[in-house]
Amino acid sequence: MSAVQNPGTDAGSSSMGHILRPGLDISHKVILYLDDISVSFDGFKALNELSLTIDAGELRCIIGPNGAGKTTMMDVITGKTRPDTGTCYFGQTLDLTRMSEPEIAHAGIGRKFQKPTVFENHSVFENLELAMKMDKRARVSLFARLDDIGRDKIADTLRMIRLDHEADRPAGLLSHGQKQWLEIGMLLMQEPQLLLLDEPVAGMTDDETERTGELFKSLAGKHSLVVVEHDMAFIEQLGGKVTVLHEGSVLAEGGLAAMQADSRVIEVYLGR
Amino acid sequence: MPTPFTIRFLNSLSRTGWIAMALFAAITLVIMPALHLFVSEGSPLHVSGFVITLGGKFMCYAIVAIAMDLIWGYAGILSLGHGVFFALGGYAFGMYLMREIGTDGSYHSHLPDFMVFLDWKELPWYWSGTDSILWAVVLVLVVPALVAYVFGYFAFRSRIKGVYFSIITQALTFASMLLFFRNETGFGGNNGFTDFRRILGYDITSPEMRVILFGLSALVLMLTLLLGRYLVTSKFGRVLAAIRDSESRVMFMGYNPLHYKLFIWTLSAMLCAIAGALYVPQVGIINPSEMSPANSIEIAIWVAVGGRGTLIGPVIGAALVNLSKSYFTVAFPEYWLFFLGALFVMVTLWMPEGVVGLWKRIRNRRAA
Repeated sequence: MSAVQNPGTDAGSSSMGHILRPGLDISHKVILYLDDISVSFDGFKALNELSLTIDAGELRCIIGPNGAGKTTMMDVITGKTRPDTGTCYFGQTLDLTRMSEPEIAHAGIGRKFQKPTVFENHSVFENLELAMKMDKRARVSLFARLDDIGRDKIADTLRMIRLDHEADRPAGLLSHGQKQWLEIGMLLMQEPQLLLLDEPVAGMTDDETERTGELFKSLAGKHSLVVVEHDMAFIEQLGGKVTVLHEGSVLAEGGLAAMQADSRVIEVYLGR
Repeated sequence: MPTPFTIRFLNSLSRTGWIAMALFAAITLVIMPALHLFVSEGSPLHVSGFVITLGGKFMCYAIVAIAMDLIWGYAGILSLGHGVFFALGGYAFGMYLMREIGTDGSYHSHLPDFMVFLDWKELPWYWSGTDSILWAVVLVLVVPALVAYVFGYFAFRSRIKGVYFSIITQALTFASMLLFFRNETGFGGNNGFTDFRRILGYDITSPEMRVILFGLSALVLMLTLLLGRYLVTSKFGRVLAAIRDSESRVMFMGYNPLHYKLFIWTLSAMLCAIAGALYVPQVGIINPSEMSPANSIEIAIWVAVGGRGTLIGPVIGAALVNLSKSYFTVAFPEYWLFFLGALFVMVTLWMPEGVVGLWKRIRNRRAA
């Protein structure tokens, strides 16, 4: 933990320094630290002394039975829920427990919700435009105009999420899988360094799921991804390290095969 | 060389929109004033003072309706207390109108009559400077906006929304009404301000002054509509609509909804205040009943009837509801509120998109 309390004296010396935003120091190769986090709602301990670290560029899967605290963990990271105790750092220097949701989003953490929440009355294009990384203050938005660079970025993302023929349709008319893709596209428009993805392939066809897996694998390295999923085939395809949550803390961590063989994990999933 | 801003501004209305706007300007700024001033009263073409005043009144209501649509239709904030900003604007300009009476009041004093009646010897401090029309205009623009800003800051920062916000705004207008009912508040108690004589020395009931106030109301209405169109077609407007549909999602994209809501909320209050200031000299009275909760609810009904989130709908809604109000309150005075309530229920059940939505549906059916 000493690394956390010691805000990066060697900031910028990292070889990855050129892709960093000012303010984010991942000189210790770790992008997210959760230490000893507890959250309780009316006596129910949603998170119980949870400790977890995510490396820069890593693709991490998080599994666990219902009520294990997966969504609460995401709420803590994105500032929606304040932990009762514990520390939560983004890079070496940014204390997430002291930042508001928009500040955390600006710092470079993007989140995809369990239920796709696209803006149904806005067109697909406008959804991406709203998400795009730019000055998001109210007084700037009054006179903001989309330049060619922005237009190109949106066009690139539209192609990546295969919605380039749907750009002008209201997002509410998309299929469930397309909405999931649009939301992933919106996440990418924010150019976050850490992507939190809550059940990203729920409701997708097998074909769509596989394409999503390929997309995620191509993003890893440049971005760090934390994926919460139940779909074991999908997790196997992603191939990263797996963390098993149970009753608000980490039960086990390792490769998928090792986890599936772990007696404690089996017990939690199959019951005593 | 047109700047990007002028292009954006011109694009905020369609071609038909600009033609309709020009037509409206010609009627309200040229034709009606001319028919009132230069055609003799016996002529069938003469537009009476009653029509001019009624038209001016309706246009003030229409400005309020647009202001309401900006926050309710586009930002999803239902205010049931917008009457308070309208009334504050009216009172601020009313102070000037009271001072313009001079010594022509019943007591021939420099103080307004109600102060003489209360045996006050001098003007309270907040009345100082109100003999200047410029200061009155400053008060109209600043005071209601400031009240809205402070109220909105605390409400939006605490993330109060939906029906809770609506209830608090009802409480705000009700509390203000009680405050203004008190004689000690210094705004004429339950009688409010009336018996206005002059603006800038000119008779307030003269045909020329009527026409000027009517034209000003029309001008402000058109500018409000243009400003509204500009806002809702800008990126600001798209963010606002996104906040309306899913506020937490907008926050996770890095926007701070507080500033967006606060801006549109304060602007909306300011527009109401301007409408109030134009309304008072035309109807000749302002009293605390303008702040009654029912008045503010009626504003929401205008917008619902016309069609939320359309800007032009609320203008039509305000005119329709007020025309029927003029008829009903004369023909069946006891039943007006029942009718208004029934209208609201019917619109909510069968015409959720109001008159404009109905029009669109008919047009689509014809096209199909």
